[in-house]
Amino acid sequence: MRQFDQELKDLRDGILAMAGIAEEMIDLTNQALVERSKAKADQVMALDRRMDEWELKLDRLCVDLLALRSPAAGDLRLIASSLKIVPEIERIGDHCCNIARRATYVHPPILSGGLLERMGQETRGMVRWAVDSFIGSDAGLARTVIAADDSVDELYGRIYRELLRLMMTDPLCIERASHLILVIKNWERIADQATNIAEEVLFILEGRSAKHPYLQNAPPDPNIPSE
Amino acid sequence: MLRTGALDMDIDDPRPIPEPTLLQAPPEPDPRPAMPPQPDLPLTDPSVLSAPTMLRVDRLNLFYGDKQALHDINLQVARHSVMSFIGPSGCGKSTLLRCLNRMNDLIDNVRIQGRVLLGDTDVYAPETDVIALRKRAGMVFQKSNPFPKSIFENVAYGLRIQGQRDKTTLEEAVERSLRGAGLWEEVKDRLKDSAQGLSGGQQQRLCIARALAVRPEVILMDEPCSALDPIATAKVEELILELKREFTIVIVTHNMQQAARVSDHTAFFWMGKLIESGLTEQLFTNPGHRMTEDYITGRFG
Repeated sequence: MRQFDQELKDLRDGILAMAGIAEEMIDLTNQALVERSKAKADQVMALDRRMDEWELKLDRLCVDLLALRSPAAGDLRLIASSLKIVPEIERIGDHCCNIARRATYVHPPILSGGLLERMGQETRGMVRWAVDSFIGSDAGLARTVIAADDSVDELYGRIYRELLRLMMTDPLCIERASHLILVIKNWERIADQATNIAEEVLFILEGRSAKHPYLQNAPPDPNIPSE
Repeated sequence: MLRTGALDMDIDDPRPIPEPTLLQAPPEPDPRPAMPPQPDLPLTDPSVLSAPTMLRVDRLNLFYGDKQALHDINLQVARHSVMSFIGPSGCGKSTLLRCLNRMNDLIDNVRIQGRVLLGDTDVYAPETDVIALRKRAGMVFQKSNPFPKSIFENVAYGLRIQGQRDKTTLEEAVERSLRGAGLWEEVKDRLKDSAQGLSGGQQQRLCIARALAVRPEVILMDEPCSALDPIATAKVEELILELKREFTIVIVTHNMQQAARVSDHTAFFWMGKLIESGLTEQLFTNPGHRMTEDYITGRFG
């Protein structure tokens, strides 16, 4: 294998390693919430350090590859998108820490019907699929992730309204509900992160930005003078 | 992102919470091909459609004896744009460049089919005046080739053989051309010195000035920087970007970063065939053809 191909493989492997840590953090966060486990929450925080180390390492690798290899075409798209995917994964870790930190403040449970668990699992599924679409160069799966974001947003809205209702009914649950609002906000952000990763995967595979589809065929804004 | 409205207060909303969609099996992978086929000609580029065409190559075939060196080439170069030809050695890019102002006439045994249009002029029509044609499409070669004359006489040469005798006209043309080639400030005090005493980069810019002196419409450059150091190369590249305001430029280069830096359009050749041409940014970030991708990422062969 050429040295350059080996370096690109190192980059891919690094992103996979980071994504593996992210998935582990999400699982532990879910367990910490359900089991009210401070030990599990501490494990999440401990993993965040490894995540940060990977981010520094992969940032440096991407910049080195750009500087030394003058990449083009598919190689260029992989490296440029990696520079955006890496911070997205790192942010997933940060959001997990935010959730895990609250694991012991949200008990006894006030939400019924496994809503909280479902939010965690849907988000976890999106991250898993975003990573799988990157590994398997699977544009269809990446599009599935982007479409699934609406479902998590919907769930977020429902839980939020339910928490407001509970707080109005019973002031004793306000503290737990406030923490829970931040918990679901962080899950919702993680789902956004998975969506962003899937958009980058589509750019790597197809060479066109998948972001902001409403701008792709829109007429130019009349308030912005054209060149 | 969370849509506006997702948090609208409606705490008595009786609708059931929808079943999660994500815990079901993923759908079949998208059957669409990851890379849509791209047209071979740069016709998708609106600037090519709107700008007048300076050079047009139609179904060009070229044979050296029995050996076919160019296969059915179709290409357009827009006025005041820079087009790069890239491809491995022997792919036909220099041969095609030399077809554009009939430099191949000088080689025995060459047979050409098809059509080349320079503006409205049919380059290979019997009535076409080759000298006048080469005045309109000047050439700069890989190795700088100043004549063993003074700097002034090198630049004035083309005008002198056209019969220009007026001293003031020649002086003005020499200054204008040397300024155009970014060389004036460096040589204005030694115009009578021999051109052979200039550095390699200066000699190459002198050759560009010599080409500019006869006021061509097109400048053809055959690897103009391959013998220059990075600083001289950067000067010539800056010059190319300046010159395209007045001229149309076609450049053959082995340096892909150079093609990426200076050209509006890039054409990739392989084994005498035009594989792909299009907007330079597009070709270097998302080429339409596998062979182009392999070549520009260094995985060729």
